[in-house]
Amino acid sequence: MSAAPNEVASAGGVGPPLWLLAELTYRCPLHCVFCYNPVDFARDEAELSTEDWLRVLGEARALGAVQCGFSGGEPLQRDDLEILVAEARRLGYYTNLLTSGIGLNEERIARLKQAGLDHIQLSFQDSTREVNDFLSSTRTFDLKRKAAALIKAHGYPMVMNCVIHRMNIDHIERIIELAVELDAEYLELANTQFYSWAHINRDHLLPTREQLQQAEAATNRWREQLGTRMKIFFVVPDYYETRPKKCMNGWGNVFLTIIPDGTALPCHTARMLPGLEFPNVRGSSVRDIWYSSEGFNRYRGTGWMKEPCRSCPEREKDLGGCRCQAYMLANDPAMADPVCDKSPHHGVIVDIVEKAQAPRVEAEARPLVFRNRKESKELARPF
Amino acid sequence: MTSTSMTIAANSVPRIGHGFRLQWEEAQQAHVLLYPEGMVKLNGSAGEILTRCNGTAPVEAIVADLEQRFATSGLEADVLAFLRMAQERRWVEFA
Repeated sequence: MSAAPNEVASAGGVGPPLWLLAELTYRCPLHCVFCYNPVDFARDEAELSTEDWLRVLGEARALGAVQCGFSGGEPLQRDDLEILVAEARRLGYYTNLLTSGIGLNEERIARLKQAGLDHIQLSFQDSTREVNDFLSSTRTFDLKRKAAALIKAHGYPMVMNCVIHRMNIDHIERIIELAVELDAEYLELANTQFYSWAHINRDHLLPTREQLQQAEAATNRWREQLGTRMKIFFVVPDYYETRPKKCMNGWGNVFLTIIPDGTALPCHTARMLPGLEFPNVRGSSVRDIWYSSEGFNRYRGTGWMKEPCRSCPEREKDLGGCRCQAYMLANDPAMADPVCDKSPHHGVIVDIVEKAQAPRVEAEARPLVFRNRKESKELARPF
Repeated sequence: MTSTSMTIAANSVPRIGHGFRLQWEEAQQAHVLLYPEGMVKLNGSAGEILTRCNGTAPVEAIVADLEQRFATSGLEADVLAFLRMAQERRWVEFA
């Protein structure tokens, strides 16, 4: 890179981080096969202390961050969660808890409510106990239903999230029915994006084109039927697109992610990228991290682009897509995201999608890999 | 259906929708509406209307207050149109 960080900042007019994603811990009672935590999450690293997090909350808020998401792993595993929520709320953040619901009981939710928590997003893995429990490798379906009831009873808007993939996409109507039954205001049907554990398990998870079309049609029927009662978001798996997503709404543009050990990232998977140092909140201020670090400035704007992105009329629209996907599929984070059909590597995506159309692809694939510490240590790689 | 489909009358009383929060953001020099995992940055007039949706003032009082504040008249249609849009998006609800 030729441009120094400060030049990038002044030339691009970098705005404040509006979203702080606090990944409090990688500890999690679930073992989901599509987890987006890094495959090597079990590297032994100390989690940030309560004091560190309180300082980060204050520094990011001072820069202008206003949405704060507490996630993980399972954020309820941190017993200082209520302290962090209370401070975030006091500072003026809108506070979001992204949880599996495991560990949420009457006492805990009452404390979180008192701390000023604004919103809880509850994730399900499927509409049925069998599939939910299989995919998460736990017996948690009934616990989740109890958590959903607690969320409603405490007056929270109910945002239900379900990761969608080849193994549950045909149940999409039952998943929507479950959301109706649980009286959800919002339902996110988030097709798997292929990072981390989902990347390892991709052959099992990528749906066929036909599955996807049927699921979208069914979702649209329910949208019409439900009107304003429930808002349904349907996120398409980007392998089926021909233009890339504007990943994270732009590198270092809106989102500031802090992972459990204090490393600051433009997105939760960016640490996989080679040749790039990311700062840690233990040693740097949030202001320096956001505006002056190499890690945050490297792929800001369009100055880093190669062809075909550099001269593409759509370069501002999608900013070349996802840097991690470019690295994983084209072996160079500065290339176009291979999802784009202008990318010289688009054939990689075409081949993967083509292979997914074959029936019973699961049978030929290697076994599903569940996200747990043992597998993480054995695999010992970032994605 | 619920109150989300009711017609807005001059004596309807709007308030900020359940789960939404309105606040001034110094860094953005704007009012913003915060909601689960999202945010809308409001333009000046949207901010002026929504800050008056306090759950006690009826639409007619909000219109009168805005007309006085900006020394103008005939704002009712614009305010109603905005509130209809805001209601559809759950930014406001009616008591």
